[in-house]
Amino acid sequence: MNSTLLVNIFRFVLLLAVQIIIFNNMNFLGYISPFPYLLFIILYPVNGNKSGLLIASFLLGLIMDMFSNSGGIHTTACLVLAYFRPFIFKFSFGLSYEYQTVKLNDVLTPERFSFILLSVVIHHFTLFILEAFQFSFILDILLRTLLSTVFTLLICITIIYLIKPNKR
Amino acid sequence: MQQIFNFIFKNSNRILFLLLLGISLTLTIQSHSFHRSKIISSANFLSGGVYEKVNNINEYLNLKTQNDALAVENAKLKSLLFNKKDTTAIKKLDSLKGVKPSDIVVSKVIHNSYNSHENYLTLNSGELEGVKPDMGVINDLGIIGIVDNTSPRYSTVVSILNIKSQINAKIKKSNHFGSLIWDGKSTGFVQLIDVPRLASIRKGDTIVTGGQSVIFPENIGIGTIANIYTDNKTHYYIINVKLFNDMTNLGHVYIIKSKDREELINLEKKEKNE
Repeated sequence: MNSTLLVNIFRFVLLLAVQIIIFNNMNFLGYISPFPYLLFIILYPVNGNKSGLLIASFLLGLIMDMFSNSGGIHTTACLVLAYFRPFIFKFSFGLSYEYQTVKLNDVLTPERFSFILLSVVIHHFTLFILEAFQFSFILDILLRTLLSTVFTLLICITIIYLIKPNKR
Repeated sequence: MQQIFNFIFKNSNRILFLLLLGISLTLTIQSHSFHRSKIISSANFLSGGVYEKVNNINEYLNLKTQNDALAVENAKLKSLLFNKKDTTAIKKLDSLKGVKPSDIVVSKVIHNSYNSHENYLTLNSGELEGVKPDMGVINDLGIIGIVDNTSPRYSTVVSILNIKSQINAKIKKSNHFGSLIWDGKSTGFVQLIDVPRLASIRKGDTIVTGGQSVIFPENIGIGTIANIYTDNKTHYYIINVKLFNDMTNLGHVYIIKSKDREELINLEKKEKNE
């Protein structure tokens, strides 16, 4: 129990640091930037404390907002993702997901892929809608969401593959 | 009573979610309104410190280009100096006006953003050097933005690449005024709107800051005219301005402290109160 807490805290700090120092400076074609920091919310233990996840993702978003001068958009997007996570689990893994312990950081199966994809789409869509807040940019928002989703997805999956913790 | 507690316990997650969502949406909406109500900005100790450390490392990677840019600027200043009639003469202070009207703080961009609709820069000088909100920020090529938030050691700047930014500008040769805005599309271009149709303009004309704002001194370069359109509703010109500055690559900048500023602001406040 304690080790999961430590692992999560470590993941929180590490992902934020990598996001701020490296990925925030990545701009492909001027406006596509990946946000792999949301891996923290994706990889949070399935049966972990839900209010703990909500508070942690609130803090995660808040720190991101502080570093990117964006008001509260990352906070809102993270919260929405954290809240809808159980529903996405149900959608991707079937109703009884809580009993069969789902391990996300493992070989990529269609279920896992659909879970990560849905999470990233929900997060990015909230993020970019709140960022523009004006409907004259609606096409722009859709394009940004789409491209950034693909990009974040690729990086998330790469990271999961790179740091597979339990290789026996 | 029991039922209320039961309800709260059962829905504790949902209530927590709604509470936190409320806070974050408030933060979002506040940051969208133009007034300086942003609570969370990168001008604080933590993020400013991190950005400064990261920038210290990054700086080494483009030392050469920065040096070249500074050398070019030096050469320009030298040529101004040498072409004066008397190079040794020191400018006399105006006995009526006192000291010259603006002062300059040298600063460095430690974090630059240009990929969203609302872009902010973080600078490594703050209140200790006398930086206050609403001061203009320029570099040797042209304008960069306006100071937004300050902390003792850092400050954030609303970049001209921000859809909320609005700066008074004019066409250099004809003195017609307009407002400089950004449409959120390209990092190399901004738009000058509300220029009357009477103005005779051509592609390639220079756009400079106007004298109507307290923030920037007059005649600081912005860019050149790239295209000219007419607005169908208002029949004013919309001008696409190609920036002199490459906003994606900024190093040292200058913050302008206008000496007249306090006086002008006080005067305007008085007028509003009456």
